[in-house]
Amino acid sequence: MKVLGIETSCDETGIAIYDSEQGLLADALYSQVEIHQQYGGVVPELASRDHIRKTLPLIREVMNKANCSKDEIDGLAYTAGPGLSGALLVGASIGRALGMTWNIPTIGVHHMEGHLLAPLLEDKGPTFPFVALLVSGGHTQLVEVERIGSYRLIGESLDDAAGEAFDKVAKMLGLPYPGGPHIAQLAATGEAGRFTFPRPMTNRPGLDFSFSGLKTFTLNTVLDLLGGDTDTTTIDQQSKADIAHAFQEAVVDTMRIKCQRAFQYTGMRTLVIAGGVSANKRLRDVLAIMAKKEGVEIYYPRFQYCTDNGAMIAYAGCQRLLAGQYDDLTIRAKPRWPLDQLRAL
Amino acid sequence: MPLILALDSSTEACSCALAIDGKIFETFKLLPRLHTQYILPMIQNLMAEYEFNYTDLDGIAVGAGPGSFTGLRIAAGVAQGIAFGASVPLIPVSTLAALAQQSLKFDTQYVFTCLDARIDEVYWAVYSTADNKVQLVGDEQLCKPEMINIDLTGSCYGVGNGMAFIDQMPELMQSGIGSFEIDVYPHAAAIAELAVGYLEQGMAISPEDFSPTYLRNEVTQN
Repeated sequence: MKVLGIETSCDETGIAIYDSEQGLLADALYSQVEIHQQYGGVVPELASRDHIRKTLPLIREVMNKANCSKDEIDGLAYTAGPGLSGALLVGASIGRALGMTWNIPTIGVHHMEGHLLAPLLEDKGPTFPFVALLVSGGHTQLVEVERIGSYRLIGESLDDAAGEAFDKVAKMLGLPYPGGPHIAQLAATGEAGRFTFPRPMTNRPGLDFSFSGLKTFTLNTVLDLLGGDTDTTTIDQQSKADIAHAFQEAVVDTMRIKCQRAFQYTGMRTLVIAGGVSANKRLRDVLAIMAKKEGVEIYYPRFQYCTDNGAMIAYAGCQRLLAGQYDDLTIRAKPRWPLDQLRAL
Repeated sequence: MPLILALDSSTEACSCALAIDGKIFETFKLLPRLHTQYILPMIQNLMAEYEFNYTDLDGIAVGAGPGSFTGLRIAAGVAQGIAFGASVPLIPVSTLAALAQQSLKFDTQYVFTCLDARIDEVYWAVYSTADNKVQLVGDEQLCKPEMINIDLTGSCYGVGNGMAFIDQMPELMQSGIGSFEIDVYPHAAAIAELAVGYLEQGMAISPEDFSPTYLRNEVTQN
């Protein structure tokens, strides 16, 4: 079964064709990052408008790349949520209408299900059951995955998502949006031990996260260094690097602690890490050491499928369509959609 | 005569229509906040009723705006999806022109079309009705009702939910508009009528090249 996948939940237009026999046939991605950079974050209305311009050209590009004609596509999957309502609506309207016109089964896919199944796009993917750590600009969640569609949320951020904290600290230090890669790059030149930041919510039991306090702690550290000045972007380059280092260590170490706890809590031995922050090299290194120590296995999507993409939506949609699930003609765009409300396969 | 499917979801109304040999067949419903549930079944049912396939169409006409951003996105996505899927061109039609087209039945030299744009502004335009054809006079605009500035000699009919703000419009406007109607929404039927002419005039485009007409483009304050 060949499935066309459409992802437009935030600031990336992602299109792909996945074949249940041959794997991924083609994918294409357009990132709006340059449009939003000057505003220091995603402007929802601009994101929606740009998806309207980019979705069809990318669909055409992917069909050409896959050498796939209209009659060869057997199913269609689009991201139905969660995400920005206007952005979701573009992919949902185009996707659902296209599925109707081609008269093929069509399904709205949960964006985070796409992320957590993304490692299954690889030849050597994880086997069920597993624990998934989903870390992006919008989410920080630990999920117990029994099988496709059977998800239990066992921990999540009570305030900022991890990626959001990266973005906010980056802004504080005068680094461009999106902050994650820039913080990571700067942290590499930072001196270990000059600052030690707290590991939020690790001194009590539980699998929830909180990154808002860490962000405030970072701000106060910067203000202390400035001694009166309030323009946080003016601190010296070495201090910026040292702070980036301490911040990243705190986030990464917190995730390591919570993942270890998740293993104890669920008894599972496999961890899947997905979402934009899963591209962070320091996180991968620290978790690799932990995995070796604990004797557990870790799976990531390849770098290009850590961030939003159409391939993961085509894949997740394909699994559901193969199981006989599909939608009626409603255009589904659900900005808020809890992961544990999905239908299990 | 071309076979055209028209659709609109720019306001609380949702409608689709088929132009078949110069005759128009329309489904129209007031569906505030329910467009996503009803627009595709409405289209599918209309196509089935007249026994056409999407690939039979010569063009998809779409209410391109101005109007509710959400509504414009739904119409844009649906029109793009069908047009791309069936390999037919897309024909953008102004929602204000549609309102003017719907007002041709009145004996008036001009139609002042006006839609509520929220945050104390309105979308508006003026159309002449010579030879029973609507013709845009000047540009489509967005401004506060009190800032509307037109200078017309001749009879003028006002139409659209933006006419609810008539008390805030300049004195000259108020006296210039003979009569008006507020509870009128753009109809796919009028969009289909206009699209037949637009198609003949070579105004159809590739669905990839379509973007709604928002008029409000200062949208970065969030």
